[in-house]
Amino acid sequence: MFEEDSFEEPILDLERRIEALSDTGDDPATRNQRQRLEQELREIRERIMSDLTPWQKTLLARHAKRPYTLDYIEHMIEDFVEIHGDRKFADDPAIVAGFGDFRGRPVLVLGHQKGRDTKEKIHRNFGMPRPEGYRKAMRAMNMAEKFRRPIITFIDTPGAYPGIGAEERGQAEAIAFNLREMAKLTVPVVATVTGEGGSGGALAIGVGNRVNMLEHSVYSVISPEGCAAILWRDPSKNREAAKAMRLTAQQLVGLDIVDAVIKEVSGGAHVDAAHQAEILGDVVDEQLRTLESLNGEELTAQRHERFRQLGKFTDGALSA
Amino acid sequence: MSGRMAWFKKEKTPKQPQAERRFTVPEGLWVKCPDCKEIVYKKEVLRNTNVCTKCDYHFRIGSRERLDQLFDMGRYQEFATEVAPLDPLQFVDSKSYEKRLVDYQKRTGLKDAVITCTGTIGGHPVSMAVMEYGFMGGSMGSVVGEKVTRAAEQALKDQRALIVIACSGGARMQEGALSLMQMAKISSALAQLDVAGLPFISVLTDPTTGGVTASFAMLGDLNIAEPKALIGFAGPRVIEQTIRQKLPAGFQRSEFLVEHGMLDYIVERNKMRDKLISSLRFLMPN
Repeated sequence: MFEEDSFEEPILDLERRIEALSDTGDDPATRNQRQRLEQELREIRERIMSDLTPWQKTLLARHAKRPYTLDYIEHMIEDFVEIHGDRKFADDPAIVAGFGDFRGRPVLVLGHQKGRDTKEKIHRNFGMPRPEGYRKAMRAMNMAEKFRRPIITFIDTPGAYPGIGAEERGQAEAIAFNLREMAKLTVPVVATVTGEGGSGGALAIGVGNRVNMLEHSVYSVISPEGCAAILWRDPSKNREAAKAMRLTAQQLVGLDIVDAVIKEVSGGAHVDAAHQAEILGDVVDEQLRTLESLNGEELTAQRHERFRQLGKFTDGALSA
Repeated sequence: MSGRMAWFKKEKTPKQPQAERRFTVPEGLWVKCPDCKEIVYKKEVLRNTNVCTKCDYHFRIGSRERLDQLFDMGRYQEFATEVAPLDPLQFVDSKSYEKRLVDYQKRTGLKDAVITCTGTIGGHPVSMAVMEYGFMGGSMGSVVGEKVTRAAEQALKDQRALIVIACSGGARMQEGALSLMQMAKISSALAQLDVAGLPFISVLTDPTTGGVTASFAMLGDLNIAEPKALIGFAGPRVIEQTIRQKLPAGFQRSEFLVEHGMLDYIVERNKMRDKLISSLRFLMPN
């Protein structure tokens, strides 16, 4: 393993030492030592997490314990009712959708869903949706439109699934359709990249009035490995590619692609999913309050303008 | 710019590198068709709108050539000609993006991978964007996103039909997530066109893949394609690596997409203009 990849080691090492200590009894000396180690753990988490490279953030965004959509739903949404299927072909478990109460208002929530163990990972297709997933998402969003409910989305996918069946059933069309139809919605849409924002497969549920990113999440046009394979002709140049692509939340705020960077709990979102959901919930709640004061037409116009001004170029005709 | 000027411009276009020339008609008296492998007389291929006379293989053609073939009298007005790329990420791989841009600008005589223009086709007012594969594989960065968006806005403003001729490997990696956002930006402009009841015809040519297919290229009221064009979301190599199987013959070709309900029709290059006119007659508001 590359040294850059093992940045979490000092944290894990300390956690193991604290764990070991808790088995050795509860005398004052041990307690004292534990407190000292816990203090050290807090400091080292802070230090390591405040100085991550883009590649390390990519790894953290893909962390095996990273909270997923269903974790956020569990902590943020009351009375959640999951809905299934695209009414055309199938139900795609790589995207979950449903409704429930978010701080006193009924909302639609949806997002990519990865699995924890091998069996669930395969069931969820590693969070890589097929066309059915995007069509289910759009069906759900159109339902929110019909019943005038705000939409909250969570983005966390390596990308849309590249397979034969997915191509046959129109993966490209499914994504494209969502991009256009989300642009027409007259209800508030708040999207948050919670882990990996993998290209078109991420954007297809990301056309929001507000787009947030968790502090250690990433959002990019292609994975660092894919970019390295194409441009460097060497997939092991993923660290260089991650750096060149500017895929971190902090970098994307500067390009106006992201509205707010959501602070992560010390050590990363996976350390305390409940607390992380609360931090995210506070931001989303405030954004919804602002958006709820706009009418449907204003919401569509604001979303259009938000994306309309994205891009960096010169226009000689304007400056002349 | 008029079609005539474009003709002279073509003469000056410097040679393209080997990798990108494979599917365009090469130098020499005779050419070998990459599809049927027959040796065919080049003059006949050129006369046949760059289509193989033996098997109807459509050689790749440049954006200017395409414009000359489609508009009434070959005449069109270019717009947004001064929109030019920047290097917002200061991206460097084996070469800097800035340097790459200058090289491709010299090679193609274009500022980026798309030409936008207005004109009439069969008397119907049209706003058009044509992608240039010779410019970084027709990849979509901020300039392509901006110009295609402006083409849609032009259609909206003058009540024109929008026609976009896609030819692209997808989003441009050197502009990172900014390229990705162009997918949403263009699609949002297309939403306005859709609501306004104005027609959008998407013409897909070889190849159209990635973020271009997964945004505007699949959003036409009509999605049409040239024969045997490679059209897909993921590239064939990526799919093969993912599923670890060989792909069936004809996978992701125009005919495959028609079979799976993704395209309205396939049209040969020499019939493109006539077919567009017939389609516009139905689609244009009275």
